[in-house]
Amino acid sequence: MKVVVDLAKCQNYGQCCFEAEDIFRLDGGGKLTYKSEVDESRRSCVESAVDVCPMQAISIE
Amino acid sequence: MSVVIVGGGLGALRTAESLIAAGYGGEVIVISDEKYLPYNRPPLSKEALKNGIATEALEFKRKSLGGSITWILGDGCASISFNGRTLTLASGREVAFDGVAIATGIRPRRLNVQGPLVGRHTLRTIDDAKSLRGAMLSARTLLVVGAGFIGCEVAATARSLGLSVKVAAIDEEPMIRPLGRDLASELRRRHEVKGVEFHLGLGIDAFLGDAIATGVRLSDGSEQYADVIVEAIGSLPNTEWLGGNGLDLSDGVMVDTSMRVIGTDFPAVAVGDIAKYPHQLFDATPRRIEHWNLPTETGRLAGKTLAALLAGEEPPHEPVNFIPTFWSDQYEYNIQSFGMPDIADNERLAFGSWDQSLVVEYLRGDELVGVVGIDSVPQLMPYRKLLMKRA
Repeated sequence: MKVVVDLAKCQNYGQCCFEAEDIFRLDGGGKLTYKSEVDESRRSCVESAVDVCPMQAISIE
Repeated sequence: MSVVIVGGGLGALRTAESLIAAGYGGEVIVISDEKYLPYNRPPLSKEALKNGIATEALEFKRKSLGGSITWILGDGCASISFNGRTLTLASGREVAFDGVAIATGIRPRRLNVQGPLVGRHTLRTIDDAKSLRGAMLSARTLLVVGAGFIGCEVAATARSLGLSVKVAAIDEEPMIRPLGRDLASELRRRHEVKGVEFHLGLGIDAFLGDAIATGVRLSDGSEQYADVIVEAIGSLPNTEWLGGNGLDLSDGVMVDTSMRVIGTDFPAVAVGDIAKYPHQLFDATPRRIEHWNLPTETGRLAGKTLAALLAGEEPPHEPVNFIPTFWSDQYEYNIQSFGMPDIADNERLAFGSWDQSLVVEYLRGDELVGVVGIDSVPQLMPYRKLLMKRA
């Protein structure tokens, strides 16, 4: 599945990182980096990340 | 089988999702006095207030679930009888049910002082925000009564729109309860640099004006006037409709650690801002906490609990391991917190410096109970795990 983060909305709060550390990460400067191609087996973790994003910036396509 | 979820915010949505995911296959009816599907409230005092309120952009994504959800919008619940298994809507319509999730949240508290009610904006809903934004766009000056989260965020947004802004509050510093005196005083300094004028440590004796409020009289006798007045002095839980069912409604709805309502045998759960329960990572005292992440945490748990109760099974008994988390954007500053800084008795600067990016640790004795950072997310992240592991 494809993960998309609207970086115009993202405020780098890092909540997604707690749900899936291997997919969402803050770099040393505190900016979000993420994997956009994610194996289907990780869907529930990514859905949790979608849920907990305060800016509702993450979507699954 | 039918479940009613009363309230239409984030907690209601997460409860519905969790209930269906837990295998409940009956009817789900969500009842809300607002006319909107569940939406994200934090932008209402920040970017949406500044740039415009587009309802669809604020709506939460709704998952395609196996079950079906019926939404009754714009018609709140006036009363409920657990014994009679019916509730009555404001319109008079009656709805029968076998289980209930209480998710009616909070409303702005109002000051009970002399003066007109008209012209005093509050901020909780999309409609509130539309009304406030409309007033701000044609105004030059704004007065915020109250110096909590909403008050500070509205002050910052109004400054960024070019309004001149005053804040009047009984508190001695802005956001003093979650931040403590030192950081709250630093927050005030940052607002003052941006041009906000504070009148703190003063009661509001009256609203001034004939038909429409145009100002306030403070307890030192001074009068402050503005084109727009915002009343942001905290909130009250919406529990009135629950009366007559034998529940403890003294401050929200008392629930156990599975979010099951205490005081009734009926299958009932409560979630989000209205639910009062012990946050077991910190202590055994039941608390109602209004932070954004908790409707999701409590809703996930409550859905499972309600599904189990309706199936005649034992609800899950997981310890409550939620870390209360808040964010607040004011100007270019990004404030974030984990834990319960408000229960601390001392605090220390752990990173950065007071007037730049920083992390403040909050301690009860020598035990870490919370942390607040400004522009320091990378430094803040490890604290969440520390707080998780402290139990």
